[in-house]
Amino acid sequence: MSTRRIAAFLIAAALIGMGGIAPAEAQKGPIKIGFLAPMTGGAAQIGKDMVNGLQMWLDENGNQIAGRKVEVIVEDTQGQPNIALTKLRKLVESDKVHVLAGGLFAHVGYALAPKVDEYKIPMLYPVMAADDLTQRKPAKWVVRNGWTSSQPSHPFGEYVVKTLGYKRVVTIGIDYAFGWEVVGGFQKTFEEAGGQVIQKLWAPLGTTDFAPYLSQIRKDADAVFALMVAASSLRFPKQYQDAGLKAKLPLIGGGTTFDEFVLPSLGDEAIGGITPLIYSAAIDTPANKRFVKEYRAKFGKVPSYYSEVCYTTGRWINEAAKAIGGDVEDRERFLAALGKVEIPDAPRGPVKLDAHGNPIQNIYIRKVEKKDGELWNTVIHTYPAVSQFWKYKPDEFLKQPVYDRNYPPCKYC
Amino acid sequence: MTPGAESMIGAVPLPTGTMAFALLLPGLALAALLVAPPFLSGFLLTLLTQALIYAILAMSLDIVLGYTGLASLGHAAYLGLGAYAVAILTTRHGAGFWVTLVAGILLAAAVAAVFGLVALRASGVYFLMITLALGMVAWGLAHRWVTLTQGDNGISSVPRPTGLPVSLAAAVPYYYFALIAFALAFWFLRTVVRSPFGRTLVGIRESESRMRTLGYNVWLHKYVGFVIAGGVGGFAGVFWGYYNGFVSPADLELATSVEILLMVALGGRGTLVGPAIGAGIIVLLKNLVSVYTQRWLLILGAVYIGTIVYAPEGIVGAVRQWHASTRRKRT
Amino acid sequence: MEFLVNQTFNGVTYGALLFLLAGGLSLIFGMMRIVNMTHGSYYLLGGYVALTVMWGGGHYLLAVVVAALVIALVGIVEWNAFLKRLSGQELGQVLTTMGFALIFQDLAQVIWGGDPYTIPVPAMLSGSVSTGPFTFPVYRIFIVAVAAFIAVLLWLVLERTRIGAMMRATVDDPEMARGVGINVFLISMAVFSLGASLAALAGVVAGGFVGVYPGADFEILPYAFVVVIVGGMGSIKGALIGSLMVGLLDNFGKALFPELSYFTLFAPMAAILAVRPTGLFGRA
Repeated sequence: MSTRRIAAFLIAAALIGMGGIAPAEAQKGPIKIGFLAPMTGGAAQIGKDMVNGLQMWLDENGNQIAGRKVEVIVEDTQGQPNIALTKLRKLVESDKVHVLAGGLFAHVGYALAPKVDEYKIPMLYPVMAADDLTQRKPAKWVVRNGWTSSQPSHPFGEYVVKTLGYKRVVTIGIDYAFGWEVVGGFQKTFEEAGGQVIQKLWAPLGTTDFAPYLSQIRKDADAVFALMVAASSLRFPKQYQDAGLKAKLPLIGGGTTFDEFVLPSLGDEAIGGITPLIYSAAIDTPANKRFVKEYRAKFGKVPSYYSEVCYTTGRWINEAAKAIGGDVEDRERFLAALGKVEIPDAPRGPVKLDAHGNPIQNIYIRKVEKKDGELWNTVIHTYPAVSQFWKYKPDEFLKQPVYDRNYPPCKYC
Repeated sequence: MTPGAESMIGAVPLPTGTMAFALLLPGLALAALLVAPPFLSGFLLTLLTQALIYAILAMSLDIVLGYTGLASLGHAAYLGLGAYAVAILTTRHGAGFWVTLVAGILLAAAVAAVFGLVALRASGVYFLMITLALGMVAWGLAHRWVTLTQGDNGISSVPRPTGLPVSLAAAVPYYYFALIAFALAFWFLRTVVRSPFGRTLVGIRESESRMRTLGYNVWLHKYVGFVIAGGVGGFAGVFWGYYNGFVSPADLELATSVEILLMVALGGRGTLVGPAIGAGIIVLLKNLVSVYTQRWLLILGAVYIGTIVYAPEGIVGAVRQWHASTRRKRT
Repeated sequence: MEFLVNQTFNGVTYGALLFLLAGGLSLIFGMMRIVNMTHGSYYLLGGYVALTVMWGGGHYLLAVVVAALVIALVGIVEWNAFLKRLSGQELGQVLTTMGFALIFQDLAQVIWGGDPYTIPVPAMLSGSVSTGPFTFPVYRIFIVAVAAFIAVLLWLVLERTRIGAMMRATVDDPEMARGVGINVFLISMAVFSLGASLAALAGVVAGGFVGVYPGADFEILPYAFVVVIVGGMGSIKGALIGSLMVGLLDNFGKALFPELSYFTLFAPMAAILAVRPTGLFGRA
């Protein structure tokens, strides 16, 4: 018993020692990218998709950025802010990375931003979409090269009234910040264009059974706007259809309700769903077709927006590094360069940052259709060069509170 | 007289054999905790700091679980309450450390006082479930009371403690700050546990009916123990909130409560030191092992099973048993 | 009126779903008093195994049977190697079964990856039936049927057969049971594996409704425990009634007080346990 115990103690000490020895100062060696994502737990596959996206770009480009080799250090956040903070510290202080990227959950994004500012190291947020990160609570060193939750919803609100002709809509969303922001953005422009949100339903995170909400949906609506994510996206369309609603009320919603992450597992119940997002695997441009084909060959599935934004992040870092001659050690210059990157032909189309640090990019209105036995988000309309503020002046927009459960208020409920 | 004791009589006590090992190990650990930090990497230091804070939390659960024999599955709520108290008072009212400390402890103790009234009507597995439910209610509140807690976005940019003579912004000062907190909590809880009150708790754990026949107010003892545990949990929460600079409902979720339970069981319930060690092990596993392998969950699972197979009373329990058995072998 | 009918139907079907999730646990935890955190893993693995069978071309029923058998085997191994020595040691059981749950979670990730899946459901179980203003999804009715079947089966076996009597004897008092000549070891193993296979069955049937994805194991775990506890330990009848109560309360709660949706499951549970600390039909 005792030798085993001593051995265990020594192993533990060795492990601690390994973690404690800080590596030597990196000079003009490789460019180190610290990538944070949930690699274990419920969102592990999304984390994997994110890493795969970035890795694919690096593989396609000889694992080089601005002439220097690249070293990516992936750390598992386990989807928890305190773990993410710890890993961030490790990446910055022990691994001495030059730039950070990643993150999936909004609360992780909010937890990391002040620390990133404290360290004065640039971090790209390709996925985290919490509105206020580039609106009312910006961080200087965060480069948000993804999207805001309400960005696709703004043009969609108009589209639903003017093109689809739905004037009375019931919204049902997952009851958390992302849900509030997607629905809120939709409601604002939808009602300004003459529509009415006649009922707002919220289902808690982790809802398995939507029946109590589905049975409340007002039948005198024109359509139902549903904001679902991951596992709830998996369950909702079927339950919606089985409740007899699909036949009567067309289903529209937020982009994550039908994004490419869940689409392969959905059935015919998803067909006809119309949603807006910054990406669709069905975008008909040479850049995207190539991207989808390569990704599919490499990873066996159609890429989702999680993979695209991380793929483009690789390119983003490259463009910025090239612009400063590869001198990523000069963090202030590097940050400035990251803010000025413009990519005209990412798989998702042209992307560049606005003055508040969020992309101006295309918003695609997609419709779920079946092609060759597979479900695809066919693009039925494109809104070019949409910013996080839509058609509003930024100062005006920022005067209103961030979208939440009760904002915009439900005037027609 | 035992051999070790003999050598203690005299000018220079030099412990020998197993006694040496038993004294040397914690002595070394203590020395390491005191002296090593300025030389450690930021990453390792953050792990140690977190381990200390979680150790406080685990020790507080030990009062309820180890000493009173009540397994609670909602203990993360008190960590969360302490942390939220800090976050709200500092970001919205610019409160200093002493205010937030008192507020955090009082809030957690108050909620424990309310929850205890409900939970202590049950015992055994039913107590487990009631505390689970109450923990979920607390989590739900953190999510829904958006005006207060900002919902799942959490409260960020919580500053380091103000109103103290030293700045705690850097990692090393905050580590010692947490170490002091841990020492205080340990001293307090040890005093509680060794007091007549604590002994009564142990008696209750062994046999409630016997204690009742002896005339003790069993319910009151359990209740006070529960509230103390909650208060100390809040105390840990205050340091947690300041440390991360961020609080969100994730800090109170069920998985966290389960983890605290496991820390106590892993380390050895009813030993106070055990849960502290258990906390350290789990913090290390989650943060350090996950750096080297994505299969850290597998390893964690194996650690749990291994502990029960080789050390059913937890690590400290096993050490004590081994120590006792080798002593028996020698005499 | 329409509201009442719809909500009652929803509440009952949700209760049936909960009972399904808890069925195996009411045997292992409710009867054998083993705090089984691996229950969620049995559930999820059952779903994954069924998927593998169906992807290989197997029929839905074959998938159910294979899943139940495979997971029963897993349960036997876990019980035999580890759990049978831990009777009465709650914390030991929590740690051991939690350890297995984590290992299974990780293994599932390695074997099946992390993408979410739905169980392909036979055509005759999809769609809905309409009568008048009401639309009832067929699959929900199927879930009620399966839950009822399991409830009846368990009750019959436990209360009306000799083997059931032996099971109850073994669980209530192993010493006496051994004294009367019952092979306690075999019977205990049988009960445990039955509980595991029921969990797997639930994974397939409920998987068609809830989905099969990483994290589902720990998501359903609190619900399963809620049902067993609210209904009361050691009582299948209690588990059934408990799940119906919880299902109806949660459903009506969400429909009538949507602002409190986060609390409609656990607040009533805490209240019920506060009033009746051993659950509705529990035997202490």
